[in-house]
Amino acid sequence: MKKLLIANRGEIAVRIIRAAKELGIPTVAVCSEADRESLHARMADEVVEIGPASAAKSYLLVEAVLDAARASGADAIHPGYGFLSERASFAQAVVEAGMIWVGPDAASISVMGDKAEAIRAARRAGVPTIPGSDGPVVDVEEALRVAEKAGYPVAVKAAAGGGGKGIRIVESADMMREQLPIAQAEARAAFGNGDVYIERMVLGAKHIEVQVFGDGVNYVHLGERECSVQRRRQKLIEETPAPLLPSDVRDAMCSASVGLAEAVGYRGAGTVEFLYEPQRNEFYFIEMNTRIQVEHPITEAVTGIDLVLEQLLVASGKPMSFTQKDVQSRGHAIEVRLNAENPDMQFMPSPGLLETFTMPSGPFVRTDSGFIAGDTVPPFYDSLLAKIIVWGRNRDEAIARMVRSLRELEVSGVVTTAAFLERVINTPEFRSGEYDTVFLETWQATA
Amino acid sequence: MAQHEVRTPIPGVFYRRPAPDQPEYVVVGESVTAGQTIGLVEVMKQYAEIKAGVDGTIVSFHVEGDDIIGPGDVIAIIEV
Repeated sequence: MKKLLIANRGEIAVRIIRAAKELGIPTVAVCSEADRESLHARMADEVVEIGPASAAKSYLLVEAVLDAARASGADAIHPGYGFLSERASFAQAVVEAGMIWVGPDAASISVMGDKAEAIRAARRAGVPTIPGSDGPVVDVEEALRVAEKAGYPVAVKAAAGGGGKGIRIVESADMMREQLPIAQAEARAAFGNGDVYIERMVLGAKHIEVQVFGDGVNYVHLGERECSVQRRRQKLIEETPAPLLPSDVRDAMCSASVGLAEAVGYRGAGTVEFLYEPQRNEFYFIEMNTRIQVEHPITEAVTGIDLVLEQLLVASGKPMSFTQKDVQSRGHAIEVRLNAENPDMQFMPSPGLLETFTMPSGPFVRTDSGFIAGDTVPPFYDSLLAKIIVWGRNRDEAIARMVRSLRELEVSGVVTTAAFLERVINTPEFRSGEYDTVFLETWQATA
Repeated sequence: MAQHEVRTPIPGVFYRRPAPDQPEYVVVGESVTAGQTIGLVEVMKQYAEIKAGVDGTIVSFHVEGDDIIGPGDVIAIIEV
């Protein structure tokens, strides 16, 4: 790898540039018109402007990114997260252009990007999935048989739906007889495809994911991350290890994840996401993300392994620098996502000039941001202002350190979620670790 | 006849249609009610509806679809 182009912006672009610098690899940033003065553009050795502010006309344009790579003489592309990172056709185009793609091959991205195919791959690899139908159900008789076996209540989901749309909760056989035809008709009307499938309702579930890494020969896990604190399916706080997760479940989840990575010959960093149902003490595969994750720093904090640096090594054709036995997790780490949003106004985004922006620091505090004081947070991209990551020898120490850090932060010019995050951390649910994926929205509704 | 300026409280990208393949919310010359949506502002992957604010008739638009707008910019003029 002679020169690396980073096809992203903001904190993750900065994060990748840092790893490349440590390996002595020159970097090329791409930026939109709106990001000319941004931190990632300033930090890279070279910068290529690839289009107007709108991401659809800049960061999401495959040809513009490839042209920038050719023009600058880059021989490798790191996609970061979001934007083009999980587009198999982009990974393919990079390779066909004779460049190194920093990520798993297009085939792995493609399998994991298709929900039904990903679930089939997981089942083949022996990874538990949510009990239910194997693909669409044809009629009421089959639906009743599947639901009986899975156990009520079940969710009847439109195959072409997604993002929480096209879901009906069915609590009994009688209700199934009545609801199934309606669900099919609705799916046909809303998505142009009447196929519905059935899954048992997983109640009070925690979202727990496992970091995996592979180099085509060796496959390892780097432990789990608990990511149940979510608002509108956006993670806000992540921690590792997952509190209250029994160690036998953790071990089973981690080895299932390694098995899946191995089954697809995975190269690079990936994350296997699960729902964990404490009442039944069972876990189920939901999806695999074939890229570096926003919350990867908490794994780095407890393992001491630089995941982005390892991505670059493996993409260069070298083996990863560690084996499973080298992964020794120590202490507890928490990350909060500090967003430029106003919690008092339904989380209305708050872009603008960062008049003051002093990040917390001190022992065991890491901050990753795409901005410094004096920068302008543009209105065109996501609202992530910074990630604050703390480490402690135990969970209580980490929590105290996070509260201290949130209070130390000084921001003016934009409104942030700092005070809101502190309130969440101070809830009895967060303190006890007994929170699930609906906790935050339930708490907000009653607060 | 009084004229009312509809301004955006937030910055972002202005759209006159709910989706690219759908018709414009309103056109010049059309009568609107105070609660009616006349446009959309995309800010940080969220969408905020711009309401007419008054009952009246649309006289003109000061910004076009896909234009980048800042807080306080005039979006449209409504004759009350």
